[in-house]
Amino acid sequence: MARTSGVRGGLRLDAHKQRSTAHPLRTASPPEHLVLPLDQHAGAAAVPIVAPGDRVLLGQPIAEPGGTISAWLHSPVSGTVTTIAPRPSPRHHGAPALSIVIANDARDERHAPAALPSFEHLSAGQLREHLERGGIVGLGGAVFPMSVKLDAAAARSEPQVLLNGVECEPYISCDDMLMRERAQDVVLGASILLHALGAKTCIIAVEDGMPEAARALSSAVDRRHDERIQIATVPRVYPAGGQRQVITTVFGVEVPYDALPTEIGILCQNVATAAAVARWVRDGQPLTSRIVTVTGDGVQHPANLEARLGTPVSSLIADCGGYTERMTRLIMGGSMMGVALPHDELPVIKATNCVIAASALDLQPRAAELPCIRCGNCSEVCPAILLPQQLHWYVRGRDLEALETYGLMDCIECGCCDYVCPSQIPLAERFREMKPVLLRARIGRATAGAARSAVEARTDRIARLEAEQRAALARKRQAVRDKQS
Amino acid sequence: MLPALLTMVGLAAAAGVAAALAARRSERDRSRLVDEIDALLPQTQCGRCTFTGCRPYATALANGEADINQCPPGGHATAAALAKLLGREPRPVDPRFGNVPTQPLVAVIDEGACIGCVKCIQACPVDAIVGASKFMHTVIAAQCTGCELCIPPCPVDCIVMRPVPAAELRPGPYSVVRETTHALEM
Repeated sequence: MARTSGVRGGLRLDAHKQRSTAHPLRTASPPEHLVLPLDQHAGAAAVPIVAPGDRVLLGQPIAEPGGTISAWLHSPVSGTVTTIAPRPSPRHHGAPALSIVIANDARDERHAPAALPSFEHLSAGQLREHLERGGIVGLGGAVFPMSVKLDAAAARSEPQVLLNGVECEPYISCDDMLMRERAQDVVLGASILLHALGAKTCIIAVEDGMPEAARALSSAVDRRHDERIQIATVPRVYPAGGQRQVITTVFGVEVPYDALPTEIGILCQNVATAAAVARWVRDGQPLTSRIVTVTGDGVQHPANLEARLGTPVSSLIADCGGYTERMTRLIMGGSMMGVALPHDELPVIKATNCVIAASALDLQPRAAELPCIRCGNCSEVCPAILLPQQLHWYVRGRDLEALETYGLMDCIECGCCDYVCPSQIPLAERFREMKPVLLRARIGRATAGAARSAVEARTDRIARLEAEQRAALARKRQAVRDKQS
Repeated sequence: MLPALLTMVGLAAAAGVAAALAARRSERDRSRLVDEIDALLPQTQCGRCTFTGCRPYATALANGEADINQCPPGGHATAAALAKLLGREPRPVDPRFGNVPTQPLVAVIDEGACIGCVKCIQACPVDAIVGASKFMHTVIAAQCTGCELCIPPCPVDCIVMRPVPAAELRPGPYSVVRETTHALEM
């Protein structure tokens, strides 16, 4: 096993993971109605290819990609499409998003599977094309369509694969459980990704606080006899599992701020994404379910559940024995980056890695905000090497130019600055609010550039047409004069 | 006598060459200044500044023939940036040139009422309207700058300005947006 160097900044936090990893992985009970938002991945929303009243089978495609950065969506059950209408979505804090609603007939009739037991016979390009139809997106939380990254990495020479099993955020344990119980899926997924890229090395990064997962993975690697796959352990620091952070820790290189990891030839995927790849290729099972950690002091029996997409959160809570009387707030995601859910009638989507039913014991009370004393704690813990105290100043003054210079867009919103701030300033929240403003300004500049070239093209065209007309007129006059003389 | 005369003539010639070079250099500086000013303008091409477009306004500013507060679509931010670049006193946009819009607008053609007269197509400074004579016209919303120049020529008043829907706030090219996909992936 390779040892790796540490991560810059970050925090050592209590993991709070034992509660949910005490019991083996279970399957969540399938609900009667499933709600599948069409925009549950990053990029353009998917476009439905079924209509209300249609009968659908388990694993049948129900929506196709709506753009170059988009993903397929498949039915997680067999049943009938009841409606396609806006429904509250967890990605928008409960605001409605266009969703396909399916009534489950509990028969689980499968769509003709498209399994490819011997993927080695396919060319890398054919395999990538097959992977695209699996609807697989990054399951770490960013839900970026997997094939888009895969194609970008394949265009580089000598790409490398990095499977990210560094689940550094407190409370979340779905990847830990996956690696413990389905290590062979992760390793098969690694082999498939290596083949699809024509790559020679794959590193699976795990946290040093996950000995069971590391053991399971190394025995799975031994069984598969694939020397290209290695396991690396990463120190348990939050946010060592961020995509850029894990690349720096494992490879010792920093991804340039204005480039994506694929541009330096690294395909970084979550271990759960690799396991989803394995299931799609080996069993023909598209991404229709995922492992969700249900934990916190507000739920009776914390556990990891394999839930079908579209299952309401309330049904997961019921599977875990219901709420305790101490339950105060529902959070989707981990304790650092998670977002509060307004109620529990929201569906599980591809991005749902964890649901925390938090009690007062889980939540740190936030005192009133005080002025910044410029202690600099925030810049010491910032893993993105930014100066949060300075950004805070520019956010207050809405100085977009300075925010651009000081790299607001490179903030990964990990919340470390927030956590250490003695003045209790909600820094990460402020930065998150300011990013769209900055993005709009950037887009404004880009559209202004397009308008400028449009005007220039039009001015040139009008001048050319006028010159042509004048020349034609002159020719005609000359012809008349020639005739007269 | 003669050396003195030659010296005088030589000095005069040198001064003439230097003056010509300086003039050329200031010409180049001016065109660079026009580019810098143009980069700050919103490129709406609406002509509300009384010039025919953003670049003509930039040229007038560089020549000292216009004031920095004549661009309503750019708003107070543009006026402040122009004042900073040109070293002039910052001032808010003069309402005589029009009101500062509160939100981005695009032109929308009521396609049922359009008679296909192509007058709006001729008026559009950024070629954002497609159509042909006696055929229906439509606005390419992503290219419309919201300059409103298509509205007066329309003989049937079938063009209205509407706010850009929040969801469609021009997605822009991938290179612009992709930097927001840095979200932490675990």
